[in-house]
Amino acid sequence: MTTADSPTPVLQARGLVKRYGQVTAIDGADFDLLPGEVLAVIGDNGAGKTSLIKALTGAIVPDAGEIRLNGEPIRFTGPQSARAHGIETVHQDLAVAASMDIASNMFLGRELRRPGVLGSVFRMLDKKRMRQEAAEHMADLKIGLRSLTQAVETLSGGQRQAVAVARSVAWARSVVVMDEPTAALGVKESGQVLDLIRRVRDRGLPVVLISHNMPHVFEIADRIHVHRLGRRAAVIKPSEYSMAEVVAIMTGALTVDGSGGTVVADSEAAKAAGVQAT
Amino acid sequence: MTATTTPYAGLTTPSTARRLLTAPTTGPLAALLIACVFFSFSTDQFLTGGNFSLIVQQVMVVGTLAIGQTLIILTAGIDLSCGAVMAFGSIMMARMAAEGSLPPLLAIGLGLLVCAGFGLLNGVLTEKIPLPPFIVTLGMLNVAFALTHIYSKEQTVTELPGPLTALGGTFPLGHTDITYGSLVTIALFLLFAYALSGTGWGRHVYALGNSVEAARLNGVRTSRLTIGVYTVAGLLYGVAALLLVSRTGVGDPQAGQTDNLDSITAVVIGGTSLFGGRGSVLGTFIGVLIVGVFRNGLQLMGVASIYQTLITGVLVILAVTVDQISRKKAR
Repeated sequence: MTTADSPTPVLQARGLVKRYGQVTAIDGADFDLLPGEVLAVIGDNGAGKTSLIKALTGAIVPDAGEIRLNGEPIRFTGPQSARAHGIETVHQDLAVAASMDIASNMFLGRELRRPGVLGSVFRMLDKKRMRQEAAEHMADLKIGLRSLTQAVETLSGGQRQAVAVARSVAWARSVVVMDEPTAALGVKESGQVLDLIRRVRDRGLPVVLISHNMPHVFEIADRIHVHRLGRRAAVIKPSEYSMAEVVAIMTGALTVDGSGGTVVADSEAAKAAGVQAT
Repeated sequence: MTATTTPYAGLTTPSTARRLLTAPTTGPLAALLIACVFFSFSTDQFLTGGNFSLIVQQVMVVGTLAIGQTLIILTAGIDLSCGAVMAFGSIMMARMAAEGSLPPLLAIGLGLLVCAGFGLLNGVLTEKIPLPPFIVTLGMLNVAFALTHIYSKEQTVTELPGPLTALGGTFPLGHTDITYGSLVTIALFLLFAYALSGTGWGRHVYALGNSVEAARLNGVRTSRLTIGVYTVAGLLYGVAALLLVSRTGVGDPQAGQTDNLDSITAVVIGGTSLFGGRGSVLGTFIGVLIVGVFRNGLQLMGVASIYQTLITGVLVILAVTVDQISRKKAR
């Protein structure tokens, strides 16, 4: 897939390994996220994509392998250190404080204080500035909400997701990782979140999208990283493969060789998946 | 991000009137005002400066406990031990100063530290083992209660040195005498109202009560924060202990036995949710006053004290019902 003149990946991993006792969750996995792209990460349950993402966002520390951020080798000691390097994650359960308003949620854990004595001695929050900046972030992403002083619990699922995305985008300097952002949403709301992901990409921020929803992946991803048995099985372009072929790669019925061609590994399984060798 | 400060066109701020009407303290405040109007017409003695000063004096101990209780309930915890911890603190201060011949200020300081220590222990057990706060503080209620009686040998400590009762002193305001202790309680309410609404610490407390996971994922050090909240609450129980001693003038091992639940009552009547994450110390202040006004007004009307307890119980159930309904609506 990769050619000599391809740009430096924003986030890259080589030979990541993570073992839990007898279980190998990550088995020499590679990963490449290119500038300005939406990279979908898919894989069967238990393929280890969650472990891979956790290693890339600092939630687990791999036993072996190397992670590079913008070409520089880097070691995350925890989620905070990944965040400090501009990698933000939108979690599946949204991680919002329901009774708090939108602006408070956006600045949760990173509150701005008033300048001068009010901020340093009295620890006074700069609520006005936080509201203004939150409004700007929402406007940038064209998220229409009635009021930033609305409690998050009064929002619909899609609006909540939009708030969670906007919060991550506001702080991410390098990468936004989204874990199943449409899993809990209806059709219309999913569409809105996909639009939002596109707008994030169009602002130049690369997005890693973990999803089970194949139509969503095909609709939005620039490239698809297929994870299988703890490592990367293939990286493909959605325009060059059908969903059935991608599913076949996920299940191991089909393998992709170095030049991007497909090889039938197991013709019975491939037949079952309805795939012809190319 | 752009440098403009123009708010997004689609965003509006709800009108002040609407916000006041939907604020969670509006209901309790209305209840307080209605109670005041009712008692003003029912009895001549109610609407006097002296009587209001008395109400504040009567509620300042429970009020100070209730500030700590509010902090803990906002984190979705509960503290059943606050009254017992306060009783132990008051006996310690009284005995060390009166019989242990320690300098009174040192005795007060040690009493405050021990109460804060109980809070710290509650927080550590809740957070590090971890155990449900209900169980931890239920255990601590018995421990502190027993220690109070063991340490005091069931004796009431009298003839306390001046500094221990200084907060019971009064100064005139108009024609009314106000105790210094009332001022301490009011100052603490203002301090924590500010800390909760105006600082990042306060926001983290609310976030913790909403969802520990969300707070943690957003970089809040949830374990430290929880232990800190229980410790601060313990320190507040220490202040309540000093207020108790200064008001009664003695160290009484039997004191404060109903205050555990009274503090929770005040918090709940004030509109703070037992599920955490919503409420305020302003609401608790109103809740404390509601309980105080009902007790005082019914007493002035000559209603037997057992009916005061009855009405308090009904108020609690009513308050939680309102909370439940509003939470369902929010979903």
